[in-house]
Amino acid sequence: MELLVIFISAALVNNFVLSYFLGICPFIGVSNKTSSAISMGMATTFVMVLTAIVSWLLFNLVLVPYKLEFLQIPSFILVIAALVQFVEMVIKKVSQPLYRALGIFLPLITTNCAILGLALLAAMREYGFLESVIFGVGAGAGFTLALVIMAGIREELDLADVPKPFRGAPITLIVAGILALAFMGFAGMI
Amino acid sequence: MKKQVSHLKEFTKGLWEINPIFKQILGTCPTLAVTVSIVNGIAMALATTFVLVFSSLMISLIRKLIPGQVRIATYIVVIASFVTIVDLVMKAQFPELSKSLGPFIPLIVVNCIILGRAEAFASKNNPLRSVLDALGNGAGFFIALVVMSGIREILGSRTFFGYQVLPNAFEPWLIMILPAGAFIVFGLLMGFSNLYVERKKNLEREALISQYRRVGREEITEEVLKEAGV
Repeated sequence: MELLVIFISAALVNNFVLSYFLGICPFIGVSNKTSSAISMGMATTFVMVLTAIVSWLLFNLVLVPYKLEFLQIPSFILVIAALVQFVEMVIKKVSQPLYRALGIFLPLITTNCAILGLALLAAMREYGFLESVIFGVGAGAGFTLALVIMAGIREELDLADVPKPFRGAPITLIVAGILALAFMGFAGMI
Repeated sequence: MKKQVSHLKEFTKGLWEINPIFKQILGTCPTLAVTVSIVNGIAMALATTFVLVFSSLMISLIRKLIPGQVRIATYIVVIASFVTIVDLVMKAQFPELSKSLGPFIPLIVVNCIILGRAEAFASKNNPLRSVLDALGNGAGFFIALVVMSGIREILGSRTFFGYQVLPNAFEPWLIMILPAGAFIVFGLLMGFSNLYVERKKNLEREALISQYRRVGREEITEEVLKEAGV
């Protein structure tokens, strides 16, 4: 039950993009087409779950026992960068179709603040191992959901008559605001 | 050889011309997240500027020692060290502020403004210019955050720096302090700044065309207009 609440909270109620403002850059940058939004969401979810596992192990088995908590920020970011590089190499070796689908998005993920934010939030809230993993899955699902909805809206928006100065990023942000309002409807769920 | 711009220009270009928020659209996450109140906005801008200036200085000093292949990783380590300093100082000196900014102080590491300036500027220029460029970009970020948080605080909670500025008869706009308000204010600000730039460009263009007509030269061509940058 506890785990379900964490999942729903991360995916819907406290959606990473629309209520924590994490991962805004890909949200604006890669939400042009639904197909690339799905690929980006999947790649991010995959890295998020791995990050949740690795950063939990690092924090609780290395940093805390040796009283090195002050190294949290540099060590997390290095782990994420190394992990992304590693995932890219593995996917390239194992599955070419998957690499073609996710490949170009992987390097972008290193600087996605949603990933580092996930690791930091999980450490800050003192989640257990399983809780961290579920938190990662939920956050990834929420990120994918927001990205895909946004891409769907933007495909329609291309046909709309938007005033010229508002085309591109400004109208996307305003639409995201309305989307955030809609997501507030989930607030009563937990 | 590229023409050297004046030192003053290195600083002022960050304020508007390449303003990190409105023009480069970098570092949007903290802009949206912490601008609920002006105090938070200023604290975030100062923390980011500190990291930006010192990491630019450091990277510029060691730019000739860094091998090309591992430069991004090196930048990230330098940036993460300064962010750790800021995070620990804030936790010790301003525990309340640090709590209300939450994970956004550690997240300065992945703020694209800092990595962006490191890669685009500090790695190619001398320390003095890099610091000026970092200060300019930091100031541009500061201006954007103050405007955003000012609007959101006044309309959302009737206060400015915590003092009430609007009468009680004014019903606070709850949406302004919600996440949705952040997106909408940011979108509108960006749209209006585009509108302003476009208007200015059109005026300059018309002035140039009429100037050409007056001196009775041949009809103005697209190339001439492009050369004048309008």
